Amino acid sequence: MARFVLHRLVLTIPALFGLLVLTFIMLRVVPNDPSAALAGENATPEQIAEVRRAYGFDQPLWKQFVIYVGQVGTGNLGNSIISNRPVLRDIADRLPATMELTFVSLLFATVVGIPIGAIAAVWYQSLFDHAVRVLTVAGLAIASFWFAIILQMIFAMELDWLPLRGRFPEGLAPPYHLTGLYFVDSLLTLRFDLFGRAAEYILMPAFTLSLAGLASIARFTRAGVLETLQKEFVHYAEAAGYRRLRIIWVYVLRNSVVGATTQIGLLFGGLISSAVAVEAIFDWPGVGSYAVNAILSSDYKAVLAITLVVGLIYALVNIMVDVVHAWLDPRVAEKL
Amino acid sequence: MLILKKFLRDVPAVLGFGIIVALCLIALLSPLIISDLERIYDGDLAARLQPPSLEFWFGTDSLGRDVFARVIVGSRGALQVALSVVALAIGIGVPAGLYAGYTNGWGSQLVMRLTDVFLAVPQLILALSVAQLIGRGLGSAMAALALTYWPFFCRTVYGEVRRLRNALFIEAQQCLGASTPRILFVHVLPNVASAVIVRATIGMGFTIMTTAVLGFLGVGATPPNPDWGLAVAEGRDYLPQSWWTVAFPGLGIFITVLGFNLFGDGLRDLVDPRLRRSR
Amino acid sequence: MTSPQTTPRLDIRDLSVTVQTDEGEAKILDRASLMLMPGSIHGLVGESGCGKSTLMRAVLGILPKRGRASQGEILLDGRDLLKTSATELQSEVRGGQIGFIPQDPYQAFNPVFKVGTQLLETMRGKPAAQRDANIMSLLRSVQLPDPEHALDRYPHQFSGGQRQRLLIAAALVSTPSVVLADEPTTALDVTTQAQILKLLRGLAEARGLSMLFVTHDFGVVAQLCDTVTVMYAGQTVESGPVRQILTAPLHPYTRMLLACHPDRGTALAGIPGSVSSPLRPPSGCRFHPRCPSARPDCSAAVPPVTEPGDRHSVRCVLHAMGVAA
Repeated sequence: MARFVLHRLVLTIPALFGLLVLTFIMLRVVPNDPSAALAGENATPEQIAEVRRAYGFDQPLWKQFVIYVGQVGTGNLGNSIISNRPVLRDIADRLPATMELTFVSLLFATVVGIPIGAIAAVWYQSLFDHAVRVLTVAGLAIASFWFAIILQMIFAMELDWLPLRGRFPEGLAPPYHLTGLYFVDSLLTLRFDLFGRAAEYILMPAFTLSLAGLASIARFTRAGVLETLQKEFVHYAEAAGYRRLRIIWVYVLRNSVVGATTQIGLLFGGLISSAVAVEAIFDWPGVGSYAVNAILSSDYKAVLAITLVVGLIYALVNIMVDVVHAWLDPRVAEKL
Repeated sequence: MLILKKFLRDVPAVLGFGIIVALCLIALLSPLIISDLERIYDGDLAARLQPPSLEFWFGTDSLGRDVFARVIVGSRGALQVALSVVALAIGIGVPAGLYAGYTNGWGSQLVMRLTDVFLAVPQLILALSVAQLIGRGLGSAMAALALTYWPFFCRTVYGEVRRLRNALFIEAQQCLGASTPRILFVHVLPNVASAVIVRATIGMGFTIMTTAVLGFLGVGATPPNPDWGLAVAEGRDYLPQSWWTVAFPGLGIFITVLGFNLFGDGLRDLVDPRLRRSR
Repeated sequence: MTSPQTTPRLDIRDLSVTVQTDEGEAKILDRASLMLMPGSIHGLVGESGCGKSTLMRAVLGILPKRGRASQGEILLDGRDLLKTSATELQSEVRGGQIGFIPQDPYQAFNPVFKVGTQLLETMRGKPAAQRDANIMSLLRSVQLPDPEHALDRYPHQFSGGQRQRLLIAAALVSTPSVVLADEPTTALDVTTQAQILKLLRGLAEARGLSMLFVTHDFGVVAQLCDTVTVMYAGQTVESGPVRQILTAPLHPYTRMLLACHPDRGTALAGIPGSVSSPLRPPSGCRFHPRCPSARPDCSAAVPPVTEPGDRHSVRCVLHAMGVAA
C-alpha cells in the first residue's frame, strides 16, 4: 500500500510541474515587461534598467523560472493588489470557509445520493426509478448560480426563513478560532447556539452546491449497482442462500461504490468550480469569492496563486481518492 | 435501420434531440420571430420592469428591453459560442489524441503529460486564469474554454486508438502495406468518430453552462450582449419583485443544457454500452 | 415405485416452468421429473439451453422475476418447495438444507471481500465456536493448501482449482443433506477437473450427501454419477442407472447424444437440426422434429413415462407399448 501511495505521488509530480510552468508563462506574459510598470510613470531608461536588474528580469527565462519555483516553494506568491497582503496569506485565511462549505455539500450529496441511486437500481423501471432518472438529469442541467438566486429569492427575500448572505450573523462573534471551521469550533467550545447559527447560514449555499453532486452521485451509483447486479457473484450469492438485504446493501453496494470512487475525484473538481459562483452570490468569505474579486480587479498574482493552490489541493484529493479506492479494492494496489 | 429503431425507443434521448432541433430552428429563425431586433438592445425606459403580459411574453428588464426577445437571441449566441468552442477543442484534441494514441515515443508521452497539466486544475478556475490573461470578454472566454476542454477529446481519442491499435485488423492492414496516415484516416478515425461525437454532444451542454457562469461573473460576455448568464446577473438587482428578469434566461440555460445532456446520454447508450454511465 | 426406506431426498414431479419474455411466453420446462435418492450422485445431462439451469433455480426458489412454475411439485424430504415461503426458502433451504456449487470459480466470488467473509456468510447468527471448528476441518477435507490463512485472503489470490475447492467448502458449511452442483468443472483444465471430481465423490460418500450434478458432458457423468437423467428442450426423456444408460440407452436422443461424445463414436457425429425455441416448442415430444424414429403419435401428445428396466424409465412412444426401437 505504501508503495502504491508513493507511486501515485510520483505520478502527480509532472502534472504539478507542468502547472508551475504554465502559471509562470502566464505570469510573464502579463505584463510584457513589468519593469516599466514597476518603475513608475516617469521613469528614465536608466531607472527602468535598474528595476530590471533588481528584480532579475534581465536574466534568461529559465533562470527566472528557477527563481519563480523557489519563490513558490517558500510560499512567496506575491502580494494582492487589493489587500496588499501576501496572496498566500489571503488564501490561507479564506480556505477554512471554502473547505467547510465543500465538505458539508459533499457529505449531503453522498449521504442522500448513494441510497437514492442504489434503490433506483434495485427497483429498476419502477416509478421511483423513472423519477430519479428524470430528476438527476434535470439537476445536472440547472445552473448553480441561477438556482442559488432562486433559493435566495424564495427563502430569504420572500419567506425570510433563512439569511440572505454571509457565513455568520454580523455583529455576532464567531466560534473561537481553533480550526477555522465554524461547526467544529463551536462544538469543541461547546457553543451549540453558535453551531445553530452557522447551520442557518450554510444551509442554502451548501444545498445549492450539493445539487449537481447529488445528481451525479445518484446517477453513477445507480449505474454501478445495475451493472453489479448482473454479475455472476450476485447470482451465486442468491443461490448460496445469502440474505437479500445483505446482498444488496453490503455486497453489491461495496462493489458499486468501489467502481465509482474515481468519479468522486472528478466530482470534487466540479464542486470547486461551482463554489466560485456560489460563494460570490452568497457572499461566502471563501477562496471562491476571493477569486471572483481578484479577476474582476485584475489582481493577476492572486488569480495565479489560486490556480496553483487549487491545482495542488485537487491533485491531493485525487491521490486520496485513489488510495481509498485501492483500500476498498485490493486488486488495484497489486496491479502496480 | 436497427440503430434508429433502438434510438427511438429511448424516450429521454428523443426528447433531448427534439429540444436541440427546436433550439437550432429558433436560433436560425430568430430574425423572423423577433420582428424588431432593436428591442433587444435599445429598451424603452418607460416600459421598464414590466411583468409578463400579452405584449411582452417574458416581461421587460431594467432597461425596458423585451426579455423574450433577448432570451431568443441569447440562444443564438449560446449555440454559436458552444459550437465554436467544441469545434476548436476537437481541432486541437482529436489530432493530438490520434498522434499520442498511435505512436509510442516521447512525443506521445509529452502530449499526455500536457493533458495532465490542463486537467490538473478544475475547468472554471483554469478558464478564469486564462481569461484574465487575455483580457475579459467573450472571445477570451471562448479561447479559455476551448483550452480547458481539448484534453477531454484528446483522452477519449487516445483511449479509443490504443484500444484499436491492438485490434487485429490494424495489423492486417499494416501487413498489407498500408501507410500510417492511410490507416489513421481510413480505419482508425471512423471507429473513433462515434466516441468523439458523444463527447462533443456532452461538451456542448457543458460549454453552454460554463459560458453562462462566466457571463454571470462578468468575465465572459459583456453588455449589451443578451447572454443568458449576463442577463441573470443584470436582473439580480431587481429581485424579488421582477423575478422574470432572472427566471427566463435561467430557464433558457436549463432547457438547452438538458436537451444536450439527454441527447448525449442517448447517443452514448447507443454507441457503446461499455461507456454507459447510466441507462 | 418407492418403498419407505428409499424415499427420494429430492423428488421433482411433472414440473413445468414458464417465463414471460418480450416475445411471448417461453415454456422452459415441460413436465420435467427427476428423483434424487439418499446418498447417491445423480447426473442431469443435456445440451445448453435444455433447461437444466432453470430446473436448478426452480429447486432453489430463485426463478427469474417473470418466471413461475405453472404445475408440478418439488419435494425436498417430502416438503413441497413450491409452496414454501420465500423467507423460509432463503433461511432454511438455500445455504441450509441445500448447498450450491457454482459453475465458474472465477466469477462466483465477490472480488472485494475476503474469502472467509463469503464462505461464512450463510452461518451468520450461528454460534461462533461451531462455525470456526467446522470451517477449518472443511477446508482440510477439500484439500486446500494452507487452510489457516485462506480465510483472510482475497479470491484473486487463489488459482481456479483452489477457488473451486473453496466453493465446495462453502456449499458444505451448513451441513446440507442435498448438494446442487452446476457444471462445477467446466471452467477448469482437464487435470484439475479430474481432481475435483474425485474430491466430490469422496466427500459425497464420506458425508452421505445426495448430489445433483448438472452437466452437458456424458463423460463426467460416467466418471462420477450413480444415476442420471437426460433432458432435452425442457423435457426429461430418460432416467436410470448410469451403467444401464451407457450400455443400453433407450431414448433416441440419448443414443445420439452418446454417439456424439468423442470417446464413443468412431466418426465425429452430430445430431441434425437444432434445438427448438421454448417460445414455440414442438407439440408432444419435443425431440420429434429431429428424431430418426419419429412417428405420427410423437407429436400428438407428450408420451407417458414407462419403466422398461430396473429403475430405468423413459418417456418415448417407442417404449410406451413395449415396441422395440
